[in-house]
Amino acid sequence: MSRAAIVLTAVLAALALVGPAAPAIDAQTARPGTEEVVHDIASQLRCVVCQNLSVADSPSEMAGQMRAIIRERLAAGESPADVQHYFVDRYGEWILLSPPRRGFNLLVWLLPLAAVVVGLAATAALVWRWTHRRRGVRTAPAAVDPAMSERIRRELERGS
Amino acid sequence: MKRLWRWLIPLAAVPVLVLLAYGFVLSPRDIPSPLVGRPAPGFALATLEGGPLELATHRGKVVVVNFWASWCYPACYEEAPVLERNWRGYRNRGVVVVGVDIQDKREAALKFVGDFGLTFPVVQDLKGTVSVDYGVYGVPETFFLDRQGKIRLKHVGAVTDDVFRTTVDRLLAEPASQ
Repeated sequence: MSRAAIVLTAVLAALALVGPAAPAIDAQTARPGTEEVVHDIASQLRCVVCQNLSVADSPSEMAGQMRAIIRERLAAGESPADVQHYFVDRYGEWILLSPPRRGFNLLVWLLPLAAVVVGLAATAALVWRWTHRRRGVRTAPAAVDPAMSERIRRELERGS
Repeated sequence: MKRLWRWLIPLAAVPVLVLLAYGFVLSPRDIPSPLVGRPAPGFALATLEGGPLELATHRGKVVVVNFWASWCYPACYEEAPVLERNWRGYRNRGVVVVGVDIQDKREAALKFVGDFGLTFPVVQDLKGTVSVDYGVYGVPETFFLDRQGKIRLKHVGAVTDDVFRTTVDRLLAEPASQ
């Protein structure tokens, strides 16, 4: 396996690990009116009175009211995307737990990937250097002090 | 070449640090409302006394919509006298203050209104629909509407005399129709 192939495999493996982030609202699997859809939409909205909780996970009164609003809007015939758009329209993108992948927000998605790629490349380069250091370059045997070898020979003879 | 690398690696950290520094100076409570500059969402709710109140009937006036709750201590307690004082001062000049009580019990809200002697109309948003329509994420939040019914300022936290007067005076000074 060439070095390029090793690096490529490592990058692909890293991508597979980072891979599927927050699921987007799927208009095809989402059937309006079901509690599953309400949960799906609510889990992507920030509970506005909480810290780091989604509307789906919060027991707060406000989150309960928001779930009721989602339910009502779906019952009135809005699509899940419409409902999400309504909340973004009133609160801004801040309401979304995962920032949309465009503009400045792309940094949030791309920087970690870039860091992983750069880190893997640096590691691969270093490992390459360590394992391939001076292969083929025969180092000359170190010069031995004749007096020392004579002494070793004498000591061995005395011992036997 | 070696010397260049020695500098390049620490330098690569600079943009990351700048980004982090930018993030840390932002206040997480300071969320710009997308509604400023847009027509205020209309609503028709029952007042605490039980009568109807429709926002649209106040078109042509400068309207101060204040979201509050009786459990919101201390900010709502600080601003209640400010709102009452300025409502009394401005009510004859084409200004109306509307209190919207959210996530609250009627009895607690009535006690709050009685304790502070509030005389401006107060409605209850029992289902939270108006709160979400206004993108409210906490109490107190106050919206200043111009005479065309457009949201001109969103104030988060207790309203002060200064904020109330400066904003309302500015809106009153504008021509009635544009």
